[in-house]
This record gives sequence, C-alpha cells and structure tokens, in this order.
Amino acid sequence: MLEVKHLAKAFGGDAVLRDVSLTVQQGQVVAIIGRSGSGKSTLLRCLNHLETVDGGEIQIDHQPMVTTDEQGKPLYAPKAELRRLCLKMGFVFQNYNLFPHMTVLRNLCQAQEKVLGRTRAVAEARAKELLGKVGLQDKAEQYPCQLSGGQQQRVAIARALALDPEILCFDEPTSALDPQLTQEVLNVIRDLAKEKRTMIVVTHEMRFAREVADYVIFMQDGYIRAEGTPDAVMGEGRSEELSAFLGLLGDG
Amino acid sequence: MQYLNDPNLLWKLLMQLASGMGTSLSIFFFTLLFSLPLGMAVALGRMSKRRWISAPVSFYILIMRGTPLMLQLFTVYFFLPKLVGPIPRLQSTLIAFSLNYAAYFAEIYRGGIMSIDRGQHEAAQVLGFTKAQTFLQIILPQTLKRVMLPISNEVITLVKDTSLATAIAVSELFLVAKNATSASGSVEPLFIAGLFYLAMNTVVTVFFNWLIKRFDYYRT
Repeated sequence: MLEVKHLAKAFGGDAVLRDVSLTVQQGQVVAIIGRSGSGKSTLLRCLNHLETVDGGEIQIDHQPMVTTDEQGKPLYAPKAELRRLCLKMGFVFQNYNLFPHMTVLRNLCQAQEKVLGRTRAVAEARAKELLGKVGLQDKAEQYPCQLSGGQQQRVAIARALALDPEILCFDEPTSALDPQLTQEVLNVIRDLAKEKRTMIVVTHEMRFAREVADYVIFMQDGYIRAEGTPDAVMGEGRSEELSAFLGLLGDG
Repeated sequence: MQYLNDPNLLWKLLMQLASGMGTSLSIFFFTLLFSLPLGMAVALGRMSKRRWISAPVSFYILIMRGTPLMLQLFTVYFFLPKLVGPIPRLQSTLIAFSLNYAAYFAEIYRGGIMSIDRGQHEAAQVLGFTKAQTFLQIILPQTLKRVMLPISNEVITLVKDTSLATAIAVSELFLVAKNATSASGSVEPLFIAGLFYLAMNTVVTVFFNWLIKRFDYYRT
C-alpha cells in the first residue's frame, strides 16, 4: 500500500532523515516512536508532501510519488498526479489546524465540495455521519473556537476521513491535549483501528502504541533503529537505546 | 461672528460647503473603490517569489510611502498629461490617491496574510485545495478580519487627505472653505469645514465598529 525506500531529508546542513525505508500494508496500524528531533514527524510530513525529500522513493499503491534519478536527485510525479496521490493520504496535525472562520460542518464539507466535487447534500450527509462517528453530531453548527482541544482534534480527524483517504497519518495527535482529552482522541483512533483502517501514527503515547499498533517503528537520529510487532520492539528483548527512551518516559 | 450671526449668510455657506463635501466624498469613495482591490494585487506582487515581480513592486511601495502625497499629486497633474494627454483635475486626484493608498493597503494586507498560521496553508494542502482555492477560501477571509482595524486607520486618514486636492484647485470641501475665508476674512468657514470632516469620520468610525463586530463570530 505504501512503500518508502532510502528516504533522505536535510534542513540546511542538518540531516533529519538518513536512509529510511518502510512498508505499510493495507489495514495496518503503524506507530512511529522516538525522541523529539529523531525525524519521525519529518518522515510523516515527507509522505504527505508537506516537505520535499532530498532523495529516496515513495510509492503509494504501487504508483510513484517520488523516485530518484541516476544522479540521486529526487524526481516528483507531475503536479496533477502528485495531487491525486496525496489525496490518498489523510493528515491530522498536532495542533488540529481547523479553519477557524468556518463552522465544523463547513470544515468537513469544503474540501469534499471544492476538491472532490461532491454536491453539498452528499458532502453534508457524509460530514454528519462522520461527526456521529467521532461523537460530535451536535456540534455541526459551532465554530472551532467554541470546542475543547479534544473536540477540535476529533473534528480534524473527521475532516481528514471525509475525503476517504486510503492511509490516515497522525502527527502527534494528542501532544497538545491534557490526559483526559487525550483519551477522547485515542478512543477515536482505536475505533478506526478496529475497522482495519490503514494508519500511521507518530506518538509519544507508549501504552497506546503498544496496545493499538500492529507494527512499531523506533527512530533515532534520522534512522529506523528498531521495528517490528509492539512486543518484539518494546518487549523484553528491546535494545538499550529503546530502553533508555522508554525509561525517560517512565513507561518501560 | 459674521456667519453665525446671519442665518442667511450661514445657510449660503453651508450649501457651498455641502457641495464641496460632495466632491470630497467622490474623491474618497472612488479612491477606495480603486485602491482597496489594487492594494491586494500589489500585496501579492510584493510577496511573489519571482524577483522580477517583487523587486519593482517593492520599489513602487517605497516611492508611494516615501514621498509626499501632494508631490505625487503634482506629478500626476503636471507631468502625466505630457505622456498621455490632458487629464482633468478630479481624475488626476483619483489616480494619485489610488496609487498612493494602494501601497499602504498592500502593506496592511501583506501583514495580515503573513500573520496567518502556516498550519492553515498545510491543512489546505493536505485536503487537496489548489493554491488559488487556499488563498480565496482559507487565507483571505481570515486576513480580512485581521486587517480591518489598520484599514480603518487609513480610511480615516483618507477622509482628511482629500483636502490635499486643494493643491491642484479641485473644488472640494477644504478649497471651498478656504475661498470663503479669503473672501470674508473670517476663519469660521474653515472651522465649520472641520466639523464636516469630523462628521464624515464619525460615520466612518461607526461603520468600521459595526464591520469589526460582524467578524466577531469566531476567534483564532
């Protein structure tokens, strides 16, 4: 479903991703863990073309989003193709990034209508269905500023789902939330995992990663340092690096 | 107190001033009509990544903000006709004012656009909006809310700046008042004209308070 090979990315002279390769299968929930600055958010942003890569390949559904030419320079798909491929990916931001001047309903409908060309009736029906799913059906006519952080993040998840992405990416979706609101949001992600939705979640919630993810990737210094099932990566046989990281979180 | 003691004379003066105010108001409205949209085009040009667009636009803004409006008015009135043929006084005023105010509005718009969180652009991008859609549907509506207060400042200044048209003998409010003062030797017409400007700006202030309140439906 998603294939990444030898991805590299530097900001200025600082290499943030060095040779990252991974594969995501349909229905898989992949958790990416690691310290701040380990490159995990950058990786997710590269997959959604929020950053341009310096090298490597990304394929979505066996269609290349970016490849590398003989000189090692990245070669992106043509603009229209790139947009089409990016629409297969959904993205949920750490700080929600809802459109503050639109009601919750408009937040969910605008892209459906203007990007996918759905009629207003179809878009609104889909939006209301999704709001029901995240438990916010009564908030359709409110503005984002009237909602709590957890509610805003659930709206953001619904907004991403409204475009029917094949893979949903979460960039530290609960880092801006207190523990109680965090649970609200994690519960929504848990429900999506039960539906076998393909997801990539960058998270600091170790218990959540262990419990919900099928596959865990531990990143450090721009490399993938460990990967596998949660038990294999985070269980008894884990590396010293990872133990140190988990120890820091007091969650080992 | 020759005007205030003679109702007939006062009435005549008020009628003259009112007619002058009509001219001032048309300078005011037409300048806004041209400069508000033009300012947005200038702002976008100023922010362009292409240097052959942004560099000349920056220079234009520098000239417009860096030299006296009255000098710009003279330039348009006395020199532009040498290139394109005669331009009536009122039209000269509108050209100079619109070009000048567009530069100020442009910088206000630019500040507003730049103040919008990068996350809004990113959210629009991952939802598949084109650049034009992102600007028109996401960025611009939020920008308008943020620029309303500084825009109102400029609009209030414009009401008073219309009096500069006196310099090329456009018979707007200030020139009418000045002529009445010269003819009568009384400063009353100038002070009454001052009350006219104050009245116009009271309306402008009330209007903007109402407009800003209309944007109150959301916070960021």
